[in-house]
Amino acid sequence: MFQRMFKKILIANRGEIAVRVLRACHEMGIAAAVVYSDVDRASPHVRKADEAYPIGAAAASESYLNIPKILDVAKRSGADAIHPGYGFLSENAKFAQACADAGVKFIGPTAAAMEAMGSKTRARQAMEKAGVPFVPGTSRGVESFEEAEQVAAKIGYPVMLKAAAGGGGKGMRLVDSPEQLKSSLEAARSEAERSFGDREVYIEKAIVNPRHIEMQVLADEHGNTVYLGERECSLQRRHQKVMEEAPSPIVDADMRRRMGEVAVRVAQAAAYTNAGTVEFLVDEKKNFYFLEMNTRLQVEHPVTELITGLDLVHLQIRIAAGEKLPFAQKDVSIRGHAIECRIYAEDPDNNYFPSPGKITLLLEPAGPGIRIDSGMYEGWNVPIDYDPLLAKLIGYGNDREQAIARLTRALSEYFVGGIKTNISLFRRILHDGDFRGARLDTGFLERMLKRTEDKRVDSREAEVAALAGGMFAALGSTATSGPYVTGSASTTVDANASKWKEASRREALR
Amino acid sequence: MLYDVTIDGKNYRLDLNHAEGRWSCRLDGRDLEVDAVLARPDVLSLRIENMAYEIKLERGANDLYLWVGDARFAAEVRDPRSLRGRTRAGDDHGPRKIVAPMPGKVVRLMVREGNEVEPGAGVAVVEAMKMQNEIKSPKKGTIRKILVREGSTVNAGDVLAIVE
Repeated sequence: MFQRMFKKILIANRGEIAVRVLRACHEMGIAAAVVYSDVDRASPHVRKADEAYPIGAAAASESYLNIPKILDVAKRSGADAIHPGYGFLSENAKFAQACADAGVKFIGPTAAAMEAMGSKTRARQAMEKAGVPFVPGTSRGVESFEEAEQVAAKIGYPVMLKAAAGGGGKGMRLVDSPEQLKSSLEAARSEAERSFGDREVYIEKAIVNPRHIEMQVLADEHGNTVYLGERECSLQRRHQKVMEEAPSPIVDADMRRRMGEVAVRVAQAAAYTNAGTVEFLVDEKKNFYFLEMNTRLQVEHPVTELITGLDLVHLQIRIAAGEKLPFAQKDVSIRGHAIECRIYAEDPDNNYFPSPGKITLLLEPAGPGIRIDSGMYEGWNVPIDYDPLLAKLIGYGNDREQAIARLTRALSEYFVGGIKTNISLFRRILHDGDFRGARLDTGFLERMLKRTEDKRVDSREAEVAALAGGMFAALGSTATSGPYVTGSASTTVDANASKWKEASRREALR
Repeated sequence: MLYDVTIDGKNYRLDLNHAEGRWSCRLDGRDLEVDAVLARPDVLSLRIENMAYEIKLERGANDLYLWVGDARFAAEVRDPRSLRGRTRAGDDHGPRKIVAPMPGKVVRLMVREGNEVEPGAGVAVVEAMKMQNEIKSPKKGTIRKILVREGSTVNAGDVLAIVE
């Protein structure tokens, strides 16, 4: 049957996800247009695009979050669809509606489905009707401190306060005892106000050390909805995911079917279309509770792609073009195991604080079972203005052990110079006994980071380092991308460098 | 050429000679046969008696590291004949610079010139990638000078203030 496929797609995003979508467009013979802010002219998504349109200043509100500017580019470029990626406008119902009004297809769910899911409290009301299991708590925001006190006493401490419009850990507070409730409620409310412009906060029973497991769903516009298996996302820091894997080591076929069926019910209750993710908290007895639905393509979608053999972005585009799902639930099978590392521009020696700057050296791994979705290149300056996610390294194997072995091998090949990254964190995780034993929960990473790393110094390697240090110094400026190696290597001092600069450089070598 | 190299706190004396593409090395009095190839800037391939190593050089705003395979070593290389190389010491006297550990924007200054600060006291808040980082004073003293303003954009290594 003839299908009307898009001729040109506008990608309203940046970084690795814009590149990911671009690749899918090119694989499908669709032209890809991108937008970029003032600081992103040299970014990879602009380099790889067919058309690129500047849309303004670095601040996201002036560029990647600016609906009129993006719709104007859609019009000028003649794009017939917009892919929003993740973050930015991807879960903005107003944007989805504005696209529809402008006659441009939004590759994602409808504004109505997004609105139903966007507010956690409203989503909860709809889901309760559909028989979806919930963590005990309020299904609407608490009006007053007194109400909060009553609810918390009823469900029992510890409780979790959450922003109704929230996500990414903003506006969230764990409350262990009644004495902390008042100040935590105030803090959660003001953070919610600042982050989302909405003070609404609700209360849930806190599941201590839960697992965070999510189910990928896909729905076409003809009433077919399938689930594509789960992802284990328990490795988080400050409520942000760091590492994900699929399948979850604790989910068997029966649990997968039960979670999958609930996820499909969730999607259908909201008349959901396109790709989405239903998040669950799982307690120690493997009870699972609906947490929220993410109405977008997830950062960690590649692990699902690797174990199902499906291309989620291709499918998103085909669904948005009006095609029917090309397979049924019974055709979905899971093979092998995949693990993703989120490579962030963060400094492990400085409490994982963001570390933007110029990438002076980039050595990327390759070989069997390795996939890299990257948004960086050597020589590129990572801007200070956006999320620190640089790339995703994904390892695939026949089973979890092989995936871990391949990832460990790949990490030893991976090197990013000029800026700090969290690559070393993944080496540590992959060697951790609890990780290897798949004993994971959302507190895993914080606990691991509190333990001091047992650093075994190989004296032979230390000698090799000493030797190499001298050689770099002796070779001078040709051997290094930076200024120079020794404090006194007069051969490479820029004659114009001021004393001040020289001193600060020398200091840099202490 | 003579170098004093410190690797993770341990000192080495290295005598290196490089002529016609060949190296002769003496590390703490031991002669080593080393074959070195610079694969590209910052990447050195070494063969030491048939053992092969790849070494990567990592440079931060205030530090230098050498990677031998997966192992990372804090490194410092000095020319012992240079006076300056010897005068450096981690002493607590005299002025100390408070530097930005990463590029970003100064969103808040927490001290004024002349303020007394304790070690670990917040001096400025630098924001990058939507994260705020409090830059702390390394020592007790008086803020002698502030070199940035709220709203200033800074690079890694830029001096924010001087404490004495």
